[in-house]
Amino acid sequence: MSLEIIVFYLFAAIVVFSAFRVITVNNPVFAALFLVLTFFTCSAIWMLLEAEFLAITLVLVYVGAVMVLFLFVVMMLDVNVVPLKEGFVKYLPVGLFVGVVMLIEMVFLITQRYFRDADFPPPPRMTDADFSNTEMLGRVLYRDYLFQFEIAAIILLVAIVAAIALTMRRRPDTKYQRPAQQIDIQRADRIRMVTTPNASADTARPEGGQS
Amino acid sequence: MDSLSIAAPEVFLLTATCIVLVASLFTKANSHTVYWLSQASLVVTLLFAFGQTRAEPVVAYVGAYGIDNMSSTLKVWLIVVAIGVLLYSRDYLTGRRIARGEYFVLALFAISGMMIMVSSKHLLSVYLGLELLALSQYAMVALARDDADASEAAMKYFVLGALASGMLLYGMSMVYGATGSLELSGIRDAVVVGGAEGSVPARFGLTFLIVGIAFKLGAVPFHMWVPDVYEGAPTPVAMFIATAPKIAAFAMLIRLLVDALPALNSDWQAMLAILAALSVVVGNLVAIAQTNIKRMLAYSTISNVGFLLLGIVGATPEGYSAAMFYAITYAFTTLAAFGVLLALSRGTREDGSPFDAVMLDDLAGLARRNGLLAAVMMLAMISLAGVPPMVGFYAKLAVLRAVVDAGYTWLALIAVAMSVAGAFYYLRVIKLMYFDEPVVTTEIDTAGDVSAGLAINGLAVVVLGIFPSFIMAACLAAFA
Repeated sequence: MSLEIIVFYLFAAIVVFSAFRVITVNNPVFAALFLVLTFFTCSAIWMLLEAEFLAITLVLVYVGAVMVLFLFVVMMLDVNVVPLKEGFVKYLPVGLFVGVVMLIEMVFLITQRYFRDADFPPPPRMTDADFSNTEMLGRVLYRDYLFQFEIAAIILLVAIVAAIALTMRRRPDTKYQRPAQQIDIQRADRIRMVTTPNASADTARPEGGQS
Repeated sequence: MDSLSIAAPEVFLLTATCIVLVASLFTKANSHTVYWLSQASLVVTLLFAFGQTRAEPVVAYVGAYGIDNMSSTLKVWLIVVAIGVLLYSRDYLTGRRIARGEYFVLALFAISGMMIMVSSKHLLSVYLGLELLALSQYAMVALARDDADASEAAMKYFVLGALASGMLLYGMSMVYGATGSLELSGIRDAVVVGGAEGSVPARFGLTFLIVGIAFKLGAVPFHMWVPDVYEGAPTPVAMFIATAPKIAAFAMLIRLLVDALPALNSDWQAMLAILAALSVVVGNLVAIAQTNIKRMLAYSTISNVGFLLLGIVGATPEGYSAAMFYAITYAFTTLAAFGVLLALSRGTREDGSPFDAVMLDDLAGLARRNGLLAAVMMLAMISLAGVPPMVGFYAKLAVLRAVVDAGYTWLALIAVAMSVAGAFYYLRVIKLMYFDEPVVTTEIDTAGDVSAGLAINGLAVVVLGIFPSFIMAACLAAFA
């Protein structure tokens, strides 16, 4: 067993363990942190596959941006996890049964003689040390997969439209500021000059007895 | 042809959708500007798609996208059905708390997704087209934000749909691993070279592909979402989900099974035979017990999907043509049925909430309230039941002939027996409309263009049943 295989299994075990913990820990903050660990280890596996661009992007985008945002939300909302876990024990036997049956079937099929190396196309050859993964990815993405790339962009647009359509509410009682109007104000709009004829008499009146 | 003009229908429609999206921000809530802009963009897209029906088959974008006889015919019908969907939805959306601009924009995006699915020559574009369609649909179901039923339906649809997409992707990754190609033609060649013995990994993936496809079609036992989504979704959205996407799902089935994995036909024939038999039985029997007409139409969809699969079970070109004919005719017949429901959903209930025709009893005595609506509904129902000379009869005949020719006589027997049972609930609707006393006696007035659309739709159900070759010729050419 080469070092690479050992490292792969180490990381794979951490991924499986932390992904399992994401759905089993009680505290949502811990769950989010375990998810961060999952992403980190996944990016290490990408590195093993010599896909350094994907590895870096995974850390930057998911760990750096998405999960931080997620943690913010989890910390700000008071999520009560008890009702979410209510049916867990009840449905566990059925879920476990189906899962185990599927697992046995898949293991049975995959460990048969059909899944030999010869049944699969040859693995891609290792690349040289100065090979730029990022450059190749860019070439493939914007040349060979241009059509799919454009559709993915449209899907993101649909996500924006849907998110806004489902969450934005116009509330008539909300008070808005209009900065242009505020700046445009004239002295006459704000101040009204009044003359109070008996001002001196009012202030001179003694008030002690009335209060 | 350069690659831009090959994808002209999609390119135009997506550009026009962006314009409609911006226009919807600047129009008043109740004006019809967005509606007419959407219809205009669909009509122009229809012209582009129609222009391609005579074009030579060609593949562009490094094997991602291509046009052939099947794709161009299906695109034309997709757009025709979509134009009908928008026409019937318009008056329903006015006066209800549903974002109209977003409804039309999301519908246009969904139509683009379907067109991409239909034209895909690559696993990745099949999947992306499907997601574009599915994401738009999830959002459309949830558009009635104040309605708890709609939110529940949207949630169910989203969770189950995501699961099905996961299954489909898992199958695709297995097929890719087994063949080393994402292009459908590459997969076909690799599986043929590998032979039956070497293709077990591909068959492993095929199983998951079929689960994903069956879910998207709504075939038993992956049908659980269909009645709940139809019932919970606003009626125009239910109409949208019930019609055009079935044509696209048919195309996906053909692309993944017939175009990519024809060498594994003995495997998928058996799986599809089980799905078809179960769908026909469950769909027709459970529909009898429904009192909600949207749920009834949902089970009708399930049984019709079973018939559609019957055509493909035989794995013959005649069978594929029959299934294609079935998908197209099913879409516009169901469109007519939903169109009548939407035309009925006018006015308000006693408590002031908008009236929705959802229960079977709401149709009672319809013939005396509006003769045209009752006639169109009757034509749609007897066509779905498979009575000659309606188009539904010819569609059922074609798939049954294909399945008998392929040697699956038992399957044809089940299907015929079940469609006799199914005739009960279709005919019950006609009895309610023509022989029962109306609860409300007020006349129903519909807008002129909606009446005209419904009349044409009803006539098409009859005329195309008498002259099926108008569509059948194109369907046969698609698999010649």
